Amino acid sequence: MTNVLELRGITKRFPGVLANDQISIALREGKILALLGENGAGKSTLMNILYGLYQPDEGEIIVRGQKVDIHGPNDAIAQGIGMVHQHFMLVPVMTVTENVMLGIEPTRNRVFLDKEKVAKRIREISDQYGLEVDPQAYIKDLPVGIQQRVEIIKVLYRQADILILDEPTAVLTPQEVEGLFKIIDTLIKSGKSIIFITHKLKEVLAVADDITVLRLGKVVGSIDPKEATSEILATMMVGRDVNLVVQKENAKPAGPVLVVENLYVRDERQHMTVQGVSFEVRQGEVLGLAGVQGNGQTELVYALTGLLPIDAGSIHLLGESIRHAPPRKILERGVAHIPEDRQRHGLILSFPIHDNMMLCTYYQPPFARGIALQPAPIFSNAEELVKQYDVRTPNIYVNAGTLSGGNQQKVIVAREFSRPIKLLVASQPTRGLDVGSIEYIHKQIIKKRDEGCGVLVVSSELDEILALSDRIAVIYKGQIMAIVDANTATKEQLGLLMAGVHLSETSNKN
Amino acid sequence: MKTTNRKIISESEKRQRVYFGVTLIVIGLLIYLIFGLNTPAGAMATFGLNLSGAHAFEVPDLVLPAQTGIYAMATIAVFAGAYQLARGTRSTGWLTGILAFTFVVSFLLWAAQDKSFSLTGMLSSSVVRATPIVLAALCGVISERAAVINIGIEGIMLMAAQIAVITATLSGNLYVGLLSAILIGGLIAALHAYLVIRFKVDQTVSSVAINIFGAGATAFISSRFMQSAGDTLNNSGTFPIISIPLLSKIPVLGPVLFENNLVVYLAIVLVIAMHILLYYTPWGLRTRAVGEHPKAADTLGVNVYLTRYVNVILGGMIAGLGGAYFTIGSVGRFDEAMTAGKGFIGLAAMIFGNWNPIGAYASSLIFGFADSLQVKLQILRIPIPSEFLLMAPYIVTMIILTGVVGRATPPAADGQPYEK
Repeated sequence: MTNVLELRGITKRFPGVLANDQISIALREGKILALLGENGAGKSTLMNILYGLYQPDEGEIIVRGQKVDIHGPNDAIAQGIGMVHQHFMLVPVMTVTENVMLGIEPTRNRVFLDKEKVAKRIREISDQYGLEVDPQAYIKDLPVGIQQRVEIIKVLYRQADILILDEPTAVLTPQEVEGLFKIIDTLIKSGKSIIFITHKLKEVLAVADDITVLRLGKVVGSIDPKEATSEILATMMVGRDVNLVVQKENAKPAGPVLVVENLYVRDERQHMTVQGVSFEVRQGEVLGLAGVQGNGQTELVYALTGLLPIDAGSIHLLGESIRHAPPRKILERGVAHIPEDRQRHGLILSFPIHDNMMLCTYYQPPFARGIALQPAPIFSNAEELVKQYDVRTPNIYVNAGTLSGGNQQKVIVAREFSRPIKLLVASQPTRGLDVGSIEYIHKQIIKKRDEGCGVLVVSSELDEILALSDRIAVIYKGQIMAIVDANTATKEQLGLLMAGVHLSETSNKN
Repeated sequence: MKTTNRKIISESEKRQRVYFGVTLIVIGLLIYLIFGLNTPAGAMATFGLNLSGAHAFEVPDLVLPAQTGIYAMATIAVFAGAYQLARGTRSTGWLTGILAFTFVVSFLLWAAQDKSFSLTGMLSSSVVRATPIVLAALCGVISERAAVINIGIEGIMLMAAQIAVITATLSGNLYVGLLSAILIGGLIAALHAYLVIRFKVDQTVSSVAINIFGAGATAFISSRFMQSAGDTLNNSGTFPIISIPLLSKIPVLGPVLFENNLVVYLAIVLVIAMHILLYYTPWGLRTRAVGEHPKAADTLGVNVYLTRYVNVILGGMIAGLGGAYFTIGSVGRFDEAMTAGKGFIGLAAMIFGNWNPIGAYASSLIFGFADSLQVKLQILRIPIPSEFLLMAPYIVTMIILTGVVGRATPPAADGQPYEK
């Protein structure tokens, strides 16, 4: 079996970071190479080098036995390398056809775009690989799974035979993942070779022909999927034994903390994205809100925390209406919020850690007296929290922006948990974090639950929802499809609900 | 999705419905009280449809009974308002249209009672006065479609206007003036592009600097050199009116559209050309992609920086043409601050036109209309102080911007520097 692509001794330095350190990988023709590693392990840097977005400091790229220089995406495309990016590189206000043709536009009379020609080619590719899509549709109207197909079509349109799929399953429902695996299968059968980048262990075991694991910019090793297990891979990824299952006892729920009734919320563009949602969160339980991203979770959480106005319906916190309460009122009544976008809404990146540690309570004693901030209590509070929550930082005076994702999240958790809270709203609490940090954050959330706090966990990761929740609500197009017991729920069932399929037997189990 | 969800009407929607209904009724009443009661019954308003010296076939003038017309307009406004309160339509565009139409028509009927008002003349001057506005707007469209904000158009136009008249006077050739104006526009825009793309200088700051520099430099040159030199520097003459054969003979439309000078024609051609380029050519596709999602364009091998340079510089050249209009396209001499905010009004036209060339032209015509209305009304000697009339174009700008901003969608990456 020949290697269609080899990277030898790739090294890439960024200021202060060695992102790739002498990395060598090989992709066999017609096979799937899984590149496994935590966030920050250097997978994306490596692929960006291969795709010409970065230049390596050392090392060489060999395509079909020839050493090549790749200075930009155009060179990569010319070598038959195509990349499906984790964050889709599609222009939402343009059609499928326009997105596919962008960069290599065929023309009529050398002036005018020849959209028919491209649309015809798209249909051919659709038929050949089973990638059903309407060339005239606008990207913004398409569900994420279809958008991914467009990305794959874009790559195939450029006649790539080496495909890089960067975290392709991160935004998909389990059913869509199945669909993607079928597509991958068709691609392999027609002679393409694929590099599959992920941090999800089960997927690697399901599809890969070869597995290479990266950690901290270095190749840890390669392993045959037949000999690998989730535990072995996790240990290779993290460098120590990890506990993949969250240890928790059964919940002992008490009275309701949060009661939401028939809630309607619009997003910033005035679309009604939450449409008549009702649920309650009880003391001492975790309610997981599962759903594919973009089904109204964000707006629901914003409405609960006072960041978006409510169109209709009611929200009661411990019996009191917080319908029109401003965020500060809601915080003061004991709601903690771990926001979805930690860098934009959770922290002020250009503020030092000690200031970030008191952002919710800066105006109260001991942090403020009159109009003046009190440095001493601010510093001691931060020192204490950093120790207690194991935030890895040189000191409390560095800016929050200099921390790694996991440590930024720990700062938020520390701040929110340091005041007395009755309800915790955690939105995508472990997105983009390494396995070690996930383990830690999950433990902290369960600890809060056991202290009698009501917890609402919003996540698009089904594994996370299943690991943490006592009950699971599934949201689809702004409506709750069903609320099910976490002990009896299966992934398949939830996956169907997330895709909008009503299951009569699940909807009764309230 | 269930249909019941559609019935949920938010408080903000209800408020908007009531707001529009009430506004229409109030306007209807105002039309009746201000214009209707001040117009004697039987007074006729004459609207001239012919332009003296034009090539068009003569048609009879439009003579309307002023008071009856005003009452009709008032009734339409009140009925539309009442309907809106009772049933409520969603199209705010239509409502704004009715509002503006009834008010403007009754205003004209009132102003032209017992007099003759040249409608064709006013439309013709609207097109002429829309020219610098649409050129400024096109400069904005082409730059911002590639996600570079340029609010320095006013400054660019001012400098181009001055260069145009100086070079044209010195060389005795208007085309030399035109080319130098376009060139200087491109140069200043290139500087802006270099600062904001290469050094990621804040786009607003850089273009405000252009405005301040433009105002200062032109005032300095004007007072230091041009005033003392007189006709040797500041008397270029203007482009002659070109009548397009046959087309200029169409009544009303002929004199309005087909009897203009070179700059006006160029503006109209540019609007159409830009529309075609933007939506039907590879360059346009790339431009729009760079303005919406530069990273996506980059991963497909589109050179984001180059696209932005090209567009900003082309935009500057169009603004330079707009500057040339003020001197060699209109009065043949330069005066300080003669652009009078047209560059900024052009940006308003760009927003109102939703970053689209045709839309920008349509809104420029509205601003041009407001501008020429003000001039014509001064001639009619209506009992409104001329200072208030002079405000008309700017007031229209403010009204339109308050109604539209927030609803228009700029290119997604507008104003953001691109980092690989």
